[in-house]
Amino acid sequence: MTTVPVVKLAASSEAPARAASAAKKLNIIGLERIDYKGADSTLCAGCGHDSIASQIITACYEMGVRPERMIKLSGIGCSSKSPAYFMSRSFGINTLHGRMAPVATGALTANHKLYGIGVSGDGDTGSIGLGNFKHMLRRNLRMVYIIENNGVYGLTKGQFSATADIGQELRHAGRNDLPPVDLCLEAIAAECGFVARGFAGDPKQVVALIKAALAHGGTAVLDIISPCVTFNNKDESTKSYSWGKANDERINDFTFVPPQEEIRMEFKPGEMKEVELHDGSRILLKNLDQSHDPTDRNAAMNLLQDARENQLFITGLIYVNPNRESLAEHENLGDTPLVQIPNEKLRPSRESLQKITASMA
Amino acid sequence: MSVAEIQNTPRTAFGGAPGDGRAPVVNDFSISVATKNGSGSQTANTTLLRALFKMGIPVSGKNVFPSNIQGMPTWYTIRVSKDNYIARRPLTEIVVAMNPVTAIEDHQTAPPGGVFIYADDIKIPLNRTDLSYYPIPVKKLSSENEPDPKLRSYVANMVYVGALAQILGISLDDIEAALMYHFRGRRKPVDSNMKVVRLAAEWAQANLPKSDPFKVEQLKLTDGQIMVDGNTAAALGAIYGGVQFAAWYPITPATGVADALNEFLPRLRVDPETKKPTYAIIQAEDELAALGMVIGAGWAGARSMTSTSGPGISLMAEFTGYGYFADIPAVIWDVQRMGPSTGMPTKVSQGDLIKVHYLGHGDSKHPCLLPGSVYECFEFGWRAFDLAERLQTPLFVLSDLDLGMNQWMTRPFDYPEEPIDRGKVLSIEDLNKLGFGGFKRYKDVDGDGIAWRTLPGTEHPLAAYFTRGTGHNDDARLSERPEDWENNMARLMRKQETARKIMPQPVVEQVEGAEIGIIGYGSTDSAIIEARAMLAAKGVKTSYMRVRALPLSALVKEFVAAHKRTYVVELNSDAQMCQLIQLEALDRAATVKPCNHNDGRPLTAAWISSAILQKEATNQ
Repeated sequence: MTTVPVVKLAASSEAPARAASAAKKLNIIGLERIDYKGADSTLCAGCGHDSIASQIITACYEMGVRPERMIKLSGIGCSSKSPAYFMSRSFGINTLHGRMAPVATGALTANHKLYGIGVSGDGDTGSIGLGNFKHMLRRNLRMVYIIENNGVYGLTKGQFSATADIGQELRHAGRNDLPPVDLCLEAIAAECGFVARGFAGDPKQVVALIKAALAHGGTAVLDIISPCVTFNNKDESTKSYSWGKANDERINDFTFVPPQEEIRMEFKPGEMKEVELHDGSRILLKNLDQSHDPTDRNAAMNLLQDARENQLFITGLIYVNPNRESLAEHENLGDTPLVQIPNEKLRPSRESLQKITASMA
Repeated sequence: MSVAEIQNTPRTAFGGAPGDGRAPVVNDFSISVATKNGSGSQTANTTLLRALFKMGIPVSGKNVFPSNIQGMPTWYTIRVSKDNYIARRPLTEIVVAMNPVTAIEDHQTAPPGGVFIYADDIKIPLNRTDLSYYPIPVKKLSSENEPDPKLRSYVANMVYVGALAQILGISLDDIEAALMYHFRGRRKPVDSNMKVVRLAAEWAQANLPKSDPFKVEQLKLTDGQIMVDGNTAAALGAIYGGVQFAAWYPITPATGVADALNEFLPRLRVDPETKKPTYAIIQAEDELAALGMVIGAGWAGARSMTSTSGPGISLMAEFTGYGYFADIPAVIWDVQRMGPSTGMPTKVSQGDLIKVHYLGHGDSKHPCLLPGSVYECFEFGWRAFDLAERLQTPLFVLSDLDLGMNQWMTRPFDYPEEPIDRGKVLSIEDLNKLGFGGFKRYKDVDGDGIAWRTLPGTEHPLAAYFTRGTGHNDDARLSERPEDWENNMARLMRKQETARKIMPQPVVEQVEGAEIGIIGYGSTDSAIIEARAMLAAKGVKTSYMRVRALPLSALVKEFVAAHKRTYVVELNSDAQMCQLIQLEALDRAATVKPCNHNDGRPLTAAWISSAILQKEATNQ
């Protein structure tokens, strides 16, 4: 038996809260859970998206993310409405259909010290915005990119999306015969360094994935199957609650370890894999299927390919590579975000202009 | 005479032999150089242009080039004008034919009394008696001087530079100075090019007796001026305006803006203390993403810009409508080219005006700056950020291919004297003062249609708001209530009126007793100035207003009212500015008349003056 210092995140962040206040539960930065709440949801009762919004609140509250240092982004669609339903103290921007990626790229380059959390859907990311999505991944913009994937267009009343499985049936649209776009495969192909799949019906795993994603130094893609209770929740649908609950195969369990946390946990050699993230935090992965190594890109692609061919619903951290340069690093940005650089440093000197114009004479 | 006979006949001048009695034509003619695209002739042509400029002679250069990397025909025209007229002229007295493919056509276009300088291996019948002929042994001179066959075509271009210098009297010292500019002071390429220039000049002196009246002489008319293209001027303006974020996608003729940003930003905008850039520039995957990034950065509080042309503008439509409705600043340079569709991507037009002004999902109007010179490309380059952040809206700058890609003389750029204006942004202290419920993102506190904003990252619990392109109320909350919708649209209308006042006002020259008014904008300025002189010479008095922005200044209506007839000169097929002015001056709309032309080339003064005279005569 080997022993390493480890903390289970939920325990660590709640500990000081209990000490600080018996009446109010405060997190490590002294905020209550209510400080992370958003407006009331206008989505259908039981929508998977509301469950995910709730897990975002839990993850950010427990991690002690300062709401003012977070920006929330989305495209257009049911999923994209949800940033209004969590963290009202964070700035939010509901962009165009499929275009969250470029807006995020601009906003988080202008201020690369902010956290970015984006919520998109399968229509938004898998169809209209697929190109922008992949180019954002190429650039490795530091943000959490959540896809609330239900295989159907909800706001326009029940058309197939590009992630619908072959054979999926919808009341008005009939049967889907086209192969689905696997957004995790697309993400890995585009060199994304953090690719996970989750299920809105497994909140514990979703919270853990969001926490680890927030600590990642580049784009973290979370493809979360999020059932549409109105248009695509029949038992035989691969995007339904019942199908998800019956078929969810977790490939790994993991513990997210924030920087400088120390409690002890025991495990057998070879049972755990440790991956250090950008900010010094770590993920301790416990393999459940005993074969998948999420730091192996080819293995990750094979795993997804196998799941696709056999219609397996695998969830967990599929691929992780914390070593890629982020866009901010590529742009050589300094400690001060561009937007906080004072005006006097933005206008070069009078002499420099005279020198340039003199050279054009 | 057969072709073979012509080729064997020693070239003496037919039309302009020495002593033929023609008076010398000094500093007042045009040159056209016909070459193949991608042969490196651009270096030779801009070197000629800058050498003439350095001689103190007012000069302009227009590149007429194909959408092609290598091989298709290209022409470069240079005008020298002692009278300081720099518009394109319809005729070029001196034709330099270096491209066998177009030589027959080039030969025909030379006007009577003109000059035909040609590579002596071009086999066409040279049977006009009204031209001076100068054959140049380009192949011989270039192969003798350049052992590397790959470099020979580049060297060949320097042969005609040397020959022209000798024939017209262009100073070799100024050619060398122009090459020093081109090669940024690198002696080696300058020397190897100058060697060929000198040999060609010496050969021409020994073998080509002067048989035409055209020549250049030193003047002092360009003293203190600089020569630069509009795209470089735009990028420099942006840099001195404090650009913090730029995203772009390659497109002719706008790529030069991004090229110049990439060239000058690392030199000018690295923080001396941290050694880190005070900017970021990203080549986007398409124009849609480019504006999306700019909108994102503008929302976050950065001075953000993109540059594109017509097809890119189409892709930016949705984000433009979004930025308008969500009140997000952005600067978009449109270096216009010929549409519709891919149209003529390397030809000039002013065809984007209406599209850009109204771009979006409907019911939106955007402020547009209309630079009329490279000087204004620089000035509007920095001013655009102040205006966009003040107005909190996407703001367009409409340049064009002629302004953007060609070299123009200008007085040196003036350093911006006005402090950087970041517009209405609330600080943490402001939020403390306002207290709970005090900050409403879209509330028109000042009555100018512009609401106060906070920037993401402002660490105050009351700072945040939710930005969306869907209906919203003063509080930035989702709303589909009719009164909220109308309130917000009324505010955006008030913002239009604010823009009308704070955008640059027109430049007006009101002439006593003139019945005719001319309104123009953008790159047609030089042609209009010359056309007015032509009209004045015929006794036709005209006033002139150069519009510099949309929404149109209140002065436009006054100008229309002050003239019996107003001609709107522009370079598009739909008479777009004319339509906008007719709407603005509705009671006088019948007196506002189109004077538009659109064939891919910059307007000429001759066309404008004859079009106006014809319209006057036929009362159209």
